[in-house]
Amino acid sequence: MKNWLRQHGRSLTLTLARLARTPLASALNIGVVSIALALPLVFYVILTNLQGLARDNAPTPQISLFLALDALESDTRAIEGRLKKHAAVAKIRFVSRDQALADLKAKSGLTDVIASLGRNPLPDGFVIDAKENAATLEKLRDEFKTWPKVEHVQLDSAWAQRLDATIRLGRLIVLVLAGLLAFALVAVTFNTIRLQILTQRAEIEVAKLIGATNPYIRRPFLYYGAVLGLAGGMMAWLLVWIGLWLLNDRLGSLTQLYGASYAFRHLSPPDAASLCVFAATLGWLGAWLSASRNLAEFDPE
Amino acid sequence: MISFSQVSKRYPGGYEALKSVALVINPGEMVCITGHSGAGKSTLLKLMCAIERPTAGNVLVNGQNVGALRASAIPFVRRNFGLMFQDSKLLYDRTVFQNVMLPLDIIGYDSSDAAKRVRAALDKVGLLGKEKALPVTLSGGEQQRLAIARAIVHRPSILLADEPTANLDAAYASELGDLLRSFHQVGVTVVIATHDEQLAARLQPRRIALDRGRVVVP
Repeated sequence: MKNWLRQHGRSLTLTLARLARTPLASALNIGVVSIALALPLVFYVILTNLQGLARDNAPTPQISLFLALDALESDTRAIEGRLKKHAAVAKIRFVSRDQALADLKAKSGLTDVIASLGRNPLPDGFVIDAKENAATLEKLRDEFKTWPKVEHVQLDSAWAQRLDATIRLGRLIVLVLAGLLAFALVAVTFNTIRLQILTQRAEIEVAKLIGATNPYIRRPFLYYGAVLGLAGGMMAWLLVWIGLWLLNDRLGSLTQLYGASYAFRHLSPPDAASLCVFAATLGWLGAWLSASRNLAEFDPE
Repeated sequence: MISFSQVSKRYPGGYEALKSVALVINPGEMVCITGHSGAGKSTLLKLMCAIERPTAGNVLVNGQNVGALRASAIPFVRRNFGLMFQDSKLLYDRTVFQNVMLPLDIIGYDSSDAAKRVRAALDKVGLLGKEKALPVTLSGGEQQRLAIARAIVHRPSILLADEPTANLDAAYASELGDLLRSFHQVGVTVVIATHDEQLAARLQPRRIALDRGRVVVP
């Protein structure tokens, strides 16, 4: 056991020494791996952020019902009554046109524009919390639309649903992209290890003649692949971190102009950790494939 | 014990290096395999340590049929041997010490014990003062002695040497002969493939003569 640990420790130091001996080649290799990983990672981070945004802003299923501008107060009452009696309605809130205008003034900062309108262009409205889930909201909307003096009915959750669908599509794209680039990572390590085996032919040949087993010879290459993947993964994480940091810097000043604040969230520690493990595993896999293929030719026929 | 029974070796391309060779080498024996180049001396050694597999017949080493072993079992057979090659096959990017360390490292020796053994082997071949040197800075004779140190550091029971004196002048060659004999004297089986008559005359070993792939009786 102790011996086994020492052999592995030795392989690791040998690998790090190999990396250090050819700093430029190692840096380029790590660079290629990190860029291959950073691409899907950026998409992933953006998606995760969008998803968070959607979740934070997704309201409980609500329907906004707007009355016609020429609706009288009696019409409004009648509709209020019908809504209160409706079996699928949980809660309603009346928003008068004056209140809506005041809200708009307060929220958007478009005071001047609104003042120049001369008259209030907004209708009276109801915000309705439905008892049903999102699927039946559409039925309710269609029903409310047929009522007299109802101008427009809007499902507030529609945009969230659309965003959700878009994110699901985005996820698929990220998955495909990640798959392709994972393949690229395996290919890069495969080739790197193949070249290493070619340059170390003499050493491998002698070691085999002296009685080295294939696992013994393979081990430093596997470590090299794993270290390459791990370094690439950490580098990719760093690249994305720097990218987001720069973006947040600009985004901060942009959103401030709109009186809001939003910043991209960085990759969570568990995500960063699984990225590194994933990258190291892929590097190891590429090295294993390469070593197994290229070391077989040293065996006797 | 090494025994060959009706061993033939045909290389891809049809060249027949050995034809129905039968021989026995007992433990502790010193044997010289002589013959012209192309007589099959190297092939004979390669069959013993499973670098090549025979086309026909059996090669038994310590009771194991080495010609029929799985590839994964071959390394463990090779650890019984100390090998010296025609070209010394030293690793030129490693120091003298690291070259000799390699076999112990492969076997997985405890490192402090291993360092002691490496120094003992270097002492034996007279290279103790040069353990930090790179092989290129050594003379031909010293390189060959380094190859011996690497071959015997793990205390193999059989030492195989393929043309050990090929690139050495007479003085170095006799020195090397003495070294080989000293291993024979401590009980190691020594098998030398050589066409160097002087070396054979000096060591007075049992001779096995090969001629175009067949064992000939002198």
